[in-house]
Amino acid sequence: MKVLVGVKRVIDYNVKVRVRPDHSDVDLTNTKMAMNPFCEIAVEEALRLKERGVASEIVAVSIGPKAAQEQLRTALALGADRAIHIESEERLDSLEVAQVLARLVAEEQPGLVILGKQAIDSDNNQTGQMLAALTGMGQGTFASRLEVTDEEVQVTREVDGGLRTLALRLPAVITTDLRLNEPRHARLPDIMKAKKKPIDSRGIDTVGLAASGYLRLERVETPAARQGGSKVASVDELVDKLKHEAKVL
Amino acid sequence: MSTLIVVEHRDGALTASTTHVVAAARALGTEVDLLVAGEGIDAVAAAAARLDGVRAVLTADHAVYAHQLAEPMAALIVACVDDYSHLLAAASSSGKDILPRVAALKGVPQISDIIAIEAPDTFKRPIYAGSAIATLSNHAPLKVMSVRTSAFDAVAETGSAEIRALGIVVDNTLSTFVGDELATSHGPELGSARVIVSGGRGLGSGENFKLLDGVAAKLGAAIGASRAAVDAGYAANDLQVGQTGKVVAPDLYIAVGISGAIQHLAGMKDSKVIVAINQDEEAPIFGVADYGLVGDLFEVIPALESRL
Ligand SMILES: Cc1cc2nc3c(=O)[nH]c(=O)nc-3n(C[C@H](O)[C@H](O)[C@H](O)COP(=O)(O)OP(=O)(O)OC[C@H]3O[C@@H](n4cnc5c(N)ncnc54)[C@H](O)[C@@H]3O)c2cc1C
Ligand SMILES: Nc1ncnc2c1ncn2[C@@H]1O[C@H](COP(=O)(O)O)[C@@H](O)[C@H]1O
Repeated sequence: MKVLVGVKRVIDYNVKVRVRPDHSDVDLTNTKMAMNPFCEIAVEEALRLKERGVASEIVAVSIGPKAAQEQLRTALALGADRAIHIESEERLDSLEVAQVLARLVAEEQPGLVILGKQAIDSDNNQTGQMLAALTGMGQGTFASRLEVTDEEVQVTREVDGGLRTLALRLPAVITTDLRLNEPRHARLPDIMKAKKKPIDSRGIDTVGLAASGYLRLERVETPAARQGGSKVASVDELVDKLKHEAKVL
Repeated sequence: MSTLIVVEHRDGALTASTTHVVAAARALGTEVDLLVAGEGIDAVAAAAARLDGVRAVLTADHAVYAHQLAEPMAALIVACVDDYSHLLAAASSSGKDILPRVAALKGVPQISDIIAIEAPDTFKRPIYAGSAIATLSNHAPLKVMSVRTSAFDAVAETGSAEIRALGIVVDNTLSTFVGDELATSHGPELGSARVIVSGGRGLGSGENFKLLDGVAAKLGAAIGASRAAVDAGYAANDLQVGQTGKVVAPDLYIAVGISGAIQHLAGMKDSKVIVAINQDEEAPIFGVADYGLVGDLFEVIPALESRL
């Protein structure tokens, strides 16, 4: 079975973003970028499916600037077989990304698509659900366990209140949650070998995406900083302050 | 203009989240209808009809909606959303699952996690783990948005809206429900608790994590956790507070043995009063805490419990 994994290039999760002085957006110049952590989990899950003999081929896909090829190289070093890069310097919303991914699904006919549950830049948590809708597939969002057989995938999902298990007919879309697996790191020899693996890079104009222009980013601001930093010396002082100053007890 | 809200319910009861989503819809200034889908939902529909400012409660009662799976729910919503300008749901695990599927079927984008309404087509939402707040305008014919419930006060329950059965049945061949493993929680629900006591890696083990139960019981508090505590198995998955877990804003949030990574702060920094208990006086959590207590939690927590 072929597995398609989504790989998004995002700000490194350790880096604090700054807002541009003109409030047009955040400022990402010279910022450390990385593979979205939930996509690392998606790649890892695909690798494990291949190691178990369930997946036969792993195709990593990224839509984004030229530099997104760095994250695709990482996916290839980890063990993806090939990569597709749809180059776009414009920022796309999740629906547009899902529309592009739906085109690639039609082309590649994967048995399973694994995306992250959320990109840590936009914090949208939409793309997998949208792709499932556009391709008429079932969706297993926020997955913490997968079991794939010939016709179906059983997916255990992290939901409010606990865990829920569903069975989905294949092909299906899965989005990863944090507890699905612990991603491995790429080894140096594999990083070298990955340089020879193919990346099929095409312009966004080749996929016939009709941008709707429905969403407009008007302004980006830094949130009001919280006034914290006060300390108390003892448990007694804490309880006293919570009772008489903050009045929350 | 009118708004349709997807009502969330569990174990035959309306979840508190819907009362906050109705408040957001009223801030839009539109008529507000609620959609209750499930199997055996009379009590939920009746409770929904009591929410203030609701015009009508639409119901779809059928086995296909029994577990509110995304595939049949989205098909149902698509079948009844045509007359509406806005579609809202809570940014809960259920709302996050269903809403984007509907948006894509309708060919419109979604704005996730709105925290403020500037105009019927202009909204604010946090991005980059709350490091920035974006203002977006939405020009789609159907504006689909999930609502961060902690940002809107609940509406009162003195209404008496009309309840109308839709009689729409869709089929679902894509997904089937297998089973739930729901945590048996004692105490209030994390999303609606007035007080939350949250534990981090500093607790050191699942056994130690139970130390928080005594304080929580005395305060009538819900228990929360950092990602590190959940990953280590000290606490259940659904207790994770943060950028990729639950977002909460209780009157009082007590962070115990939590360093205060930005991903954690994203889920709790709008709490009214924050208390931090940590032995490292440099821990970033103190930067957002109204009352920081530097000390060993294994001494502080029993002492706190005995003084409450
Ligand atoms: C994609 C992604 C998503 C994430 N999402 C979330 C999220 O939603 N929520 C979240 O919380 N994190 C999230 N994280 C993880 C986050 O970056 C931090 O790693 C995590 O919050 C740290 O948890 P912690 O504070 O419990 O552990 P640590 O950072 O290890 O802190 C433990 C603290 O306990 C203190 N301590 C230790 N012993 C004692 C003692 N005896 N008494 C008092 N204090 C003590 C220490 O001084 C330290 O400050 C995410 C990370 C990534 C990459
Ligand atoms: N530009 C992109 N290229 C490839 N995959 C993407 C892209 N944007 C989103 N995704 C996938 O969709 C997931 C969820 O993103 P989002 O819905 O935007 O929060 C990510 O973890 C990726 O797996």
